[in-house]
Amino acid sequence: MIIARGLTKKYDDFVAVDGIDFEVKKGESFGLLGPNGAGKSTTMRMIASTSRRTGGELTILGKDPNKHGPEIRAHLGVVHQQDNHDGELKTWENLYIYGRYFGLSRAFLKKKVEELLEFAQLTEKRDVKVDQLSGGMKRRLTIARGLVNEPEILMLDEPTTGLDPQARHILWDRLFRLKEEGVTLVITTHYMDEAEQLCDRLIVMDKGKIMAEGSPAALIKKYSSKEVLEVRFGSKNNADAAKKIAHLGDRIEPLPDRILVYSEDGEKVLKQIHKLGLEPQTSLVRRSSLEDVFLRLTGRTLVD
Amino acid sequence: MTDTKLSWQGSSKILDVPKARIWAPWYVAEYRLRNMSKWLGAIVAFGLGNPVLYLLSVGIGIGALVDSTSGADNPIGVPYLTFLAPALLATAAIQAAMDETTFPTMQGFLWDKSFFAMISTQLMARDIVGGIMIASSIRCSFNTLIYAGVLVLFGAIPLTSVPVLVFAAIFAGISFAGVMLAVTSFVKQDDGFYAIVGRFVLTPMFMFSGTFYPLESLPIYLQWVGWISPVWHATNLGRNLSYGLEVEPWLLAVHVIFMGAILVAGMIVATRKFASRLSA
Ligand SMILES: Nc1ncnc2c1ncn2[C@@H]1O[C@H](COP(=O)(O)OP(=O)(O)OP(=O)(O)O)[C@@H](O)[C@H]1O
Ligand SMILES: [Mg+2]
Repeated sequence: MIIARGLTKKYDDFVAVDGIDFEVKKGESFGLLGPNGAGKSTTMRMIASTSRRTGGELTILGKDPNKHGPEIRAHLGVVHQQDNHDGELKTWENLYIYGRYFGLSRAFLKKKVEELLEFAQLTEKRDVKVDQLSGGMKRRLTIARGLVNEPEILMLDEPTTGLDPQARHILWDRLFRLKEEGVTLVITTHYMDEAEQLCDRLIVMDKGKIMAEGSPAALIKKYSSKEVLEVRFGSKNNADAAKKIAHLGDRIEPLPDRILVYSEDGEKVLKQIHKLGLEPQTSLVRRSSLEDVFLRLTGRTLVD
Repeated sequence: MTDTKLSWQGSSKILDVPKARIWAPWYVAEYRLRNMSKWLGAIVAFGLGNPVLYLLSVGIGIGALVDSTSGADNPIGVPYLTFLAPALLATAAIQAAMDETTFPTMQGFLWDKSFFAMISTQLMARDIVGGIMIASSIRCSFNTLIYAGVLVLFGAIPLTSVPVLVFAAIFAGISFAGVMLAVTSFVKQDDGFYAIVGRFVLTPMFMFSGTFYPLESLPIYLQWVGWISPVWHATNLGRNLSYGLEVEPWLLAVHVIFMGAILVAGMIVATRKFASRLSA
């Protein structure tokens, strides 16, 4: 479905995407993870066949987007990071005109629009100007709009940012079902739980490069330990304590507010800390997550 | 989000891409007309109000003065309103047409970024440019016809002059709208672009295009404004076609070629700029 080889995007001298390679197969759901400015949206725009690459090779649905942009885009659904509706038009009209851009017939759209309004829980807001929708409602409208042409590849750039938890979970469920229909998903997100839930495979990007690739489970296995012990000694004492416990576990990660100790057995490490005569204010043993992979690879926590 | 079952056949079943490619500019025009329809009340009110007020004050007031003072050796040779009409019509056409290329372009690139939504479908930059121009032409024709109707009602022009004058005015409107589409596509920030265009482009163009007196009576160092102004080209053409003002045949050709050329140039530049901005 998507093949990228040495895919590069430069803005003047600045390299936003720096020669990345990846492949996405039909029916797969593929994730792009990375801190702000990593180049996720830029990569998404190149896949969406709008942004022109400045280097490398890219094939979408068997075609080169530089030569067959419109033919490729006809079969893509794109949910932009930034909502871009005509605020003066009503909710239903925005779905309708977008469908018209694909050349869909009025009769087809008449039905489709109502269905998508229902899906996005916007039926009540059908005749309201988009300017008057809440942020989350606009987001839902953008997602619904991306489905109007029943795309083969659905591209979602931070789809759930601004959605309430219930809407997020229902969206995940919907995306699962679309996947079952054979729709290929490409997703960026800042929510690790979302990535773990939705993505079969993902790449972690930083500064335009791919840091790691694999399934969520494989990445956790490769870049983190089974368990993580989180201990807090109070912000003043953390650095000091970190030095004292540096030899414990597989690896430690001192953060400003807490210390993470990676090991196969968190409880055991905690006991060792007590033996050293140290008393953490709080301690917590949990399973490793993508969050830890991310921290290991980029040196950054996600919530920044 | 709800659990609604979505009907799903897949894009390759429901789309006819080759057909959509052909109709692409029309889809954009359709959207623009829908957006315009939200302002239909204002468009009609101003479209009627402007000429009525203008003709009442300037046309009839000043016209009466000019016609009475110039007497037998009136250098214009026709009633002042008849002389004025082609210029007023061309100006109205230009105003209406450029409203529908400048505002949509600001909106699409800057205000709500809707061009970035369009370009994510099968549409291309040139379809967006084409669609905006189609919709602008329709709006321009609508306003020009209203204006011409008022001119006829005020006795400024005979009904028989309407087709040629409307043609010249719409031609001017569309070609200048094309130029403004190109200019606006370069605007990166919304900082009073409109006020600048109004003050430094539209007003001088209206004043110095042989609108109120023949262009030749302006000092030569100001006449260039008229030469590059579609208002003058349309006005001179319109005066020739409507009441037979004597214009050299080569100059008539220049009028048509000039307007055609700026239209084509504007659309080419706009298409290139749209394409580069939308593929950044
Ligand atoms: N049109 C542009 N012109 C110049 N630089 C750009 C442009 N678009 C993006 N960039 C730069 O490219 C880099 C990557 O941006 P991008 O939007 O792809 O990041 P991202 O991973 O999506 O970040 P975020 O998580 O904040 O959405 C950034 O440094 C950004 O400033
Ligand atoms: Mg982004």
